[in-house]
Amino acid sequence: MSSFPRPIATTRSVTGISTGKLAVWWLIASEIVIFGGVLGSYVMHRIGHPEWASQAEHTNTWAGAFNTFVLLTSSLMAVLAHQAAEHKDGKKAAKFLYFTILGGLVFLVVKSFEWTNEIHHGFTLTSHTFWSFYYTAAGIHGLHVIIGLIIMAVIAQDAKKGIDLQRVEAVGLYWHFVDIVWIFLFPLLYIAK
Amino acid sequence: MSDSSTPAAAAHDAHGAHHTNYVKIWAILLGLLVVSVVGPMLGHPVLTMITAFGIAFVKAFLVIKYFMHLTVEKKYIGFLLLTMLAIMLVFVAGVAPDVMKHEGQRWTNNAAIDAVEKGLKEGGGHHGEHPAEAPRAEPH
Repeated sequence: MSSFPRPIATTRSVTGISTGKLAVWWLIASEIVIFGGVLGSYVMHRIGHPEWASQAEHTNTWAGAFNTFVLLTSSLMAVLAHQAAEHKDGKKAAKFLYFTILGGLVFLVVKSFEWTNEIHHGFTLTSHTFWSFYYTAAGIHGLHVIIGLIIMAVIAQDAKKGIDLQRVEAVGLYWHFVDIVWIFLFPLLYIAK
Repeated sequence: MSDSSTPAAAAHDAHGAHHTNYVKIWAILLGLLVVSVVGPMLGHPVLTMITAFGIAFVKAFLVIKYFMHLTVEKKYIGFLLLTMLAIMLVFVAGVAPDVMKHEGQRWTNNAAIDAVEKGLKEGGGHHGEHPAEAPRAEPH
């Protein structure tokens, strides 16, 4: 036994679901309201302001599409990590988690190039309300990607040693949700022009 | 993790020896991504709505069902998520009339109307007026 007490919010179950995973579902539920509020507001404004189309046409559809491909692929890696964890193969689970992390890093690199280009062209957070929404929605999402990568790196380290494999599924759920948010952000910010 | 109440274990139980082919689901998702990019290029508004936004819901459904295993999760999780969606819809329904419409029976949002007119005139310009900085709406 380690010198630190084991966290109880992992495998304990009084609800039919391990407490750790239940916490992630609660987190996702609260995130629905957060992202739903931002995206709902954006959709309403887009409908009320047809002139925003002239701003939206400056977003890079191909960069958005490529990042969608990257996140969908990283989601596949996350679910394969979960499958490996179910088979108690910690090393394999960790390997797939590292691929998932790689996907997240590629996503962030593409995003940073994209934002740099847009800012250089004068499209900043304050230049127009469209860009305020654009940077806010994609920024909050990017923050979730960064947080997910950090948590996943910690879990992958433990998974490699066969420790707390149930966490692989929990972080996978979070990552799939981040993927789903992007699935909706992509058409809203990059396709609707 | 190892108890049979986990979604993956339940999915295994539900499908016998057959496992979900995650790579196949991923390939379908990529196919849908291609359609959602190519569809709007045809320039038809209805087709754009279906291919861009309709397909986004299909993609989200596939991820929720096959990657998150929600369909074999405890039922109350689904209800929890639906409750949050309902709360979000209540917010949208409450705010929509003020945001999406710029005039009603007894009010006019002059700032929004001006912002739309100015923005449409400027066309491709990217330094349009921020509607929030425009004069506030006045009832008439």
